[in-house]
Amino acid sequence: MDYAANLAMTLPELVLAVGAIALMLVAAWGGPASTKAVSWVSVAVLGGALIALTGPASAGGDAFYGLYRADAFAAFAKVLIYIGAAVAILMAPDFFRRTAGADLRPEYPVLILLSACGMGMMVSAGDLLTLYVGLELQSLAAYVLASFMRQDTRSAEAGLKYFVLGALASGILLYGISLVYGFTGSTMFDEIAGAYAAAPLTGSGRSLGLLFGLVFVFAGLAFKISAVPFHMWTPDVYEGAPTPVTAFFASAPKVAAIALAVRVAIEAMGPAEVQWRQIVIFASLASILLGAVAAIGQQNVKRLLAYSSINNVGFALIGLAAGTPEGVASVMTYMTIYLAMTLGSFLVVLQMRDADGQPIETIDSLAGLSRTRPGLAAALAIFMFSLAGIPPLFGFYAKFAVFYAAVQAGLFPLAVVGVVFSVIGAYYYLRLVKTMYFDEPTGTFGAGDKLEGGLIAVAAVFVSPLGYLAIPALSAWTLAAANSLF
Amino acid sequence: MNAAMSGGVGLVHYLVVAAILFTMGVLGIFLNRKNIIVILMAIELILLAVNINLVAFSAALQDLVGQVFAMFVLTVAAGEAAIGLAILVIFFRGRGSISVDDPSRMKG
Repeated sequence: MDYAANLAMTLPELVLAVGAIALMLVAAWGGPASTKAVSWVSVAVLGGALIALTGPASAGGDAFYGLYRADAFAAFAKVLIYIGAAVAILMAPDFFRRTAGADLRPEYPVLILLSACGMGMMVSAGDLLTLYVGLELQSLAAYVLASFMRQDTRSAEAGLKYFVLGALASGILLYGISLVYGFTGSTMFDEIAGAYAAAPLTGSGRSLGLLFGLVFVFAGLAFKISAVPFHMWTPDVYEGAPTPVTAFFASAPKVAAIALAVRVAIEAMGPAEVQWRQIVIFASLASILLGAVAAIGQQNVKRLLAYSSINNVGFALIGLAAGTPEGVASVMTYMTIYLAMTLGSFLVVLQMRDADGQPIETIDSLAGLSRTRPGLAAALAIFMFSLAGIPPLFGFYAKFAVFYAAVQAGLFPLAVVGVVFSVIGAYYYLRLVKTMYFDEPTGTFGAGDKLEGGLIAVAAVFVSPLGYLAIPALSAWTLAAANSLF
Repeated sequence: MNAAMSGGVGLVHYLVVAAILFTMGVLGIFLNRKNIIVILMAIELILLAVNINLVAFSAALQDLVGQVFAMFVLTVAAGEAAIGLAILVIFFRGRGSISVDDPSRMKG
């Protein structure tokens, strides 16, 4: 295969990398005055990468001797990633302009582009080396973004905590990678799968090196998707980081990390399904339970949404535990709907600000929102009911898809326990709705931004029962993506 | 297998050293009660353990991929240290302290 064909398959990442570097130069020379221009061009670059996905980048080939996969699964995940990244760039200018002591600098969109480029490499990885480099590119940009409000001690603390625990996670993942490499003799996913299929994994003669490698790799990935028991960084980082950055963390990197976990589980460690299924089932149920119980006492909206994201990752992992093409398709369906719900919720959180425009984050401040801002209250109620999985909202279909996949794979106990735990989670989502609709108003929020209002409306319509119209297209697309892994 | 296996230092010795270093690094992050620089050092220790593993496996397998991987790990570790120290500087500017015991601004 000639070099040009390889480059054509990696075109989305090339567009992002070249765009980010060029914009970094513009930012360096233009200074803060260039922020607006750099932001809009960054969104255009993400649009360009989206267009580049329609070419050989989604045709299903292997580039660079199998280091990089350009298949339908990667393309689907990248569409979600680019949408999350673009919304994170669009919601930033208004937030930083209003918040005292915080300036939006042109580095913000550039860092998001670099992070998106890393996420693209993660979901396209065909080799542990690509996986590691992509993951680090995404993480290093994210550490800087978390501490972007340099004057705010909470933002600096969030950045530091994210950095330390993220670096520890990378270390654990790398240790697992080194063991997998040593005991399989390769870093290519195909060859690793071959070695796992050939080696004994049960009984007294089982290969401990391969099993330890598998456990360490999954522990590292669990950190990145913030699944219990590796979730402890999530609430602090989500609370401390600037709200647009939190919205970014809860959307694009989460989709990328879940897609990466799915690819590693199915492509590299598919023959060890019985072994990793135990880990995935434990992480899944523990995430759902802890995400639901720990959220009950929270007073801060961003912290609440952090526990909600832990909870949702648990549900997505149920689809992975099934280990079938339908299961993988349900994970991708779940992440699509989750992306709309979570971005919409954070856009509403961005509207919570006092008359001077300073952000408010307490749940109590939402009291009586239905009387002061009925449209905003209705949108947040839709997102909360949908996150709780209450029909007829679209979030119900997401949960239905993963449970259906689990039942079809014969995992009845997992599905039953998951449904029971999801009822606990409904409590705190409904508490937010009760605060908005039945409590006396304590004050009113400042006026909203038109662009953000439009984005909230789009997300609310997608999550509303109208979203069911998208099911035929969505299920065909996710199934095609899932089948490209098997 | 290589000649060193027959009497001197072999693959298992390298793996044991790496495992000890890795454990020390992880414990260094969780048991450390002094300051955050020590945590950054513990992270470097973990990456060092991984590199010893990769290079030892690379030699034992007679396969270059492990050494290439070690080079990537070294490069990324340099970038990671730069970003970690930069975040530490803004953290210190806001607080005037880099002690781990300094109470957190966030609870839950």
